[in-house]
Amino acid sequence: MSISLPPANENTSNSLQPTGWLRFISFSLDHKVIGLQYLVCGFLFYLIGGVLAGAIRIELLSPISDFLARDVYNQVLTLHGTIMIFLWIVPVVNGAFGNYLIPFYVGARDMAFPRLNAVAFWMIPPAGLMLITSYFINGAAQSGWTAYPPLSITTPAAGQIVWIVSVLLLGGSSIFGGINFIATILKLRRPGLKLMQLPMYCWAMLGTSILVVLSTPVLAGTLILLSFDIVAHTGFFNPALGGNVIVYQHLFWFYSHPAVYIMVLPAFGLVSEILPVHCRKPLFGYTTMVYSIMGIVVLGLVVWAHHMFTSGTPPWMRLFFTIATSFIAVPTGIKFFNWVATLWGGRISLNSAILFSCGFIVNFVLGGITGVALAQVPFDIHVHDTYFVVAHFHYIVYGGSVFVIFSSIYHWYPKFTGKMLDEKLGIIHFALTFIGFNLCFAPQHWLGLNGMPRRVAEYDPQFTLVNQISSVGALLMAISTLPFLWNILYSFIKGEKAGNNPWQALTPEWLTTSPPPVENWPGEAPLVTKPYGYGANHSNENNPPITQA
Amino acid sequence: MLQKTAIYTISISLLIIVGGVWAVDNLNLLPVVASSNAPIYDELFKVLFVIGIILFVGITGLVIYSLIRFRKKPGQFGDGIAIEDNLPLEIFWTAVPAIVVLFVGLYSYDIYERMGGMQSLSTSSHDHHSINSEEKVWGGIGLTSQKLIGESSLPKINVDVTALQFAFLFNYPEGEIVSGELHVPRGHPVTLKMESKDVIHAFWVPEFRLKQDVIPGQPTVINFTPTKNGRYPIICAELCGPYHGGMRSTVVVEEPEEYQEWFKQNSKQPGMEL
Ligand code: HEM
Ligand SMILES: [Cu+2]
Ligand SMILES: [Cu+2]
Repeated sequence: MSISLPPANENTSNSLQPTGWLRFISFSLDHKVIGLQYLVCGFLFYLIGGVLAGAIRIELLSPISDFLARDVYNQVLTLHGTIMIFLWIVPVVNGAFGNYLIPFYVGARDMAFPRLNAVAFWMIPPAGLMLITSYFINGAAQSGWTAYPPLSITTPAAGQIVWIVSVLLLGGSSIFGGINFIATILKLRRPGLKLMQLPMYCWAMLGTSILVVLSTPVLAGTLILLSFDIVAHTGFFNPALGGNVIVYQHLFWFYSHPAVYIMVLPAFGLVSEILPVHCRKPLFGYTTMVYSIMGIVVLGLVVWAHHMFTSGTPPWMRLFFTIATSFIAVPTGIKFFNWVATLWGGRISLNSAILFSCGFIVNFVLGGITGVALAQVPFDIHVHDTYFVVAHFHYIVYGGSVFVIFSSIYHWYPKFTGKMLDEKLGIIHFALTFIGFNLCFAPQHWLGLNGMPRRVAEYDPQFTLVNQISSVGALLMAISTLPFLWNILYSFIKGEKAGNNPWQALTPEWLTTSPPPVENWPGEAPLVTKPYGYGANHSNENNPPITQA
Repeated sequence: MLQKTAIYTISISLLIIVGGVWAVDNLNLLPVVASSNAPIYDELFKVLFVIGIILFVGITGLVIYSLIRFRKKPGQFGDGIAIEDNLPLEIFWTAVPAIVVLFVGLYSYDIYERMGGMQSLSTSSHDHHSINSEEKVWGGIGLTSQKLIGESSLPKINVDVTALQFAFLFNYPEGEIVSGELHVPRGHPVTLKMESKDVIHAFWVPEFRLKQDVIPGQPTVINFTPTKNGRYPIICAELCGPYHGGMRSTVVVEEPEEYQEWFKQNSKQPGMEL
């Protein structure tokens, strides 16, 4: 199959934006530059969060608290969680890929509000730096990423306030991004392009952005009240002053459960783009995929109290949230069966992108199964706040979202840079990550079931061996980053030229040069009504292959 | 062809089920059973584990099988088959998970009921206990169900628990005992009324399969009936500050006579009986 490309024209830029390298450290309005800014910035924070995770795993090599001071351990724990969620996964699966891809997918030259877009990105580095430097000045927050009062009111105020301000900035950035995505997807579609013809990632981003816009303001309001309690000694959440600590938990999880979907729905969308290309097959069940995304959005808003089964919740409430949560498994399950059906009968190139996507499917299925188990009140009552929950959500956020981020980098790197990544290094990266990840987190299920609570620096000596195995897994994960980093840097300079469309993909970002020009297409935006129209030249043993022109 | 596939599918599924049941029975996945609540929990665990294993192995198997069988072989070009959807199939894999989830939900409701989780808290309050029915308390699961209490005619033990950074204190109002360890007689229903002095803590005994947050400004209740003598850890499961990991105590389950002995020795009101 051959795709006719509009002629590339380097001189279409009509803005006063800087060009060349400078673009990436400037207030660029180009959605592609902003997307890559999000990606690189997020990855740098990921490395910092990873070092913190390493410190946690070193502390847990022995059952006594011996590597970090106890309060430092809690600061490291809090920073690790906050960085990974708010500075790595959320900005990358939404901001990075969303900004890069959504305008292409809707056939637009940029996002609806380019200035807001740049502002949203530039809120992130200062917020992140502030959060991290708080550690060196007065000590960082030490009440966990959940910042439950009264602990967050009684621990040192300086670090907690910096934490609140920086999460508020990051939440604000996320809301700006969400508004921009909704406007772009609904209003900037190229004439002739219908909603039900959009690539699946658009639907995922539409659903995610609805969640962002509905729930993040609740987090913001809650944290502002919490800061009043800390600074002005009000009593919203302070029981000593008549406040109620459970109300905080309801408000916090009203945001933070949807937040887990803000981390994973875009990843679902990205996988839906990657699989069809490398399987040479249409995405299976487009319509049910769209409905299941919207089903997850609606259900995701009414399940928050499953994080509170052991706090003060009345029995009827526990029951309602058990049932609502369990039912999320149905739309989620549909997506997984559809992906497997997309693999089935394909002509699959076993490359790094597909391996990371399939790794995601396998890991996430396990995380989903433990999720449904955790949704059952009588089951959760034993394992809540233990390493079982730590295992569950790492299978989801690492095994799920992070695997998809890597898969996406292997898939879109040729588009970003015009160069191919080295496949051998990619497969080594995958193998190390997959083995390291499972070695690190699978044993933690057992730890939780048998009595190891989470967020501790010391534990019962009977758990030493299993913790050490887990730490070895973490070491493998750290090592796995090296071939990846080398691959990214080396291929950028010396990589094989990719051409415009190395995967012979049909989605619109591939129907232009690699890297694409400012404003995306030299001429008119192509009208792609069948983004998954693969399978036109299916061949099998009886049907001799049609060779490439 | 279809027959062969069906036979393969059925025998592989059976193998997975048998493997799952074997694993849950023979691997030490859970700690000792030491309360009347724990065997009910383990029953639920077994069911969830087997369903989970079937799903996980099934989907993983399909992914690996597809990757091998449908991989692009050297010299092959062209696309896969152009199937875009299949309504009956999609209805099937919407309906089956929905039924499984519904079953799991109803089953775990039944388990919850058997653990006494749906009981209103006033029935759990006890004449000479400090909980009165007007006071707002929030309860944990494990409110000893009427059925379980009915079976044992033994008197109930009431203990007030205070959690503070970084310890639990157990106060036996009847004997004016304040202890750092929780002593309970085997077979007797126990009610703990808990409150925190500072931040949120949680009371967790893995061998009882029970956990309840201990909250400042909001009393919570937890009930259990210990069934096996021994010393089990009480673990704080809610991040409560720098020494959170060290916030542990012990529950001692002993024969009623031994318990009496301990109670007499520590009681400030000599002569008090159970
Ligand atoms: C089938 C879908 C899922 C179900 C039924 C489910 C259920 C649950 C439940 C009941 C808990 C609370 C456990 C406890 O604290 O005792 C939990 C925790 C958690 N889940 Fe999930 N989950 C699912 C998917 C996800 C997804 C998609 C994500 C993220 C992308 C996620 C991330 C988390 C996180 C981060 C926590 C721990 C939060 C904390 O306490 O810090 N889960 N999940
Ligand atoms: Cu949740
Ligand atoms: Cu604690």
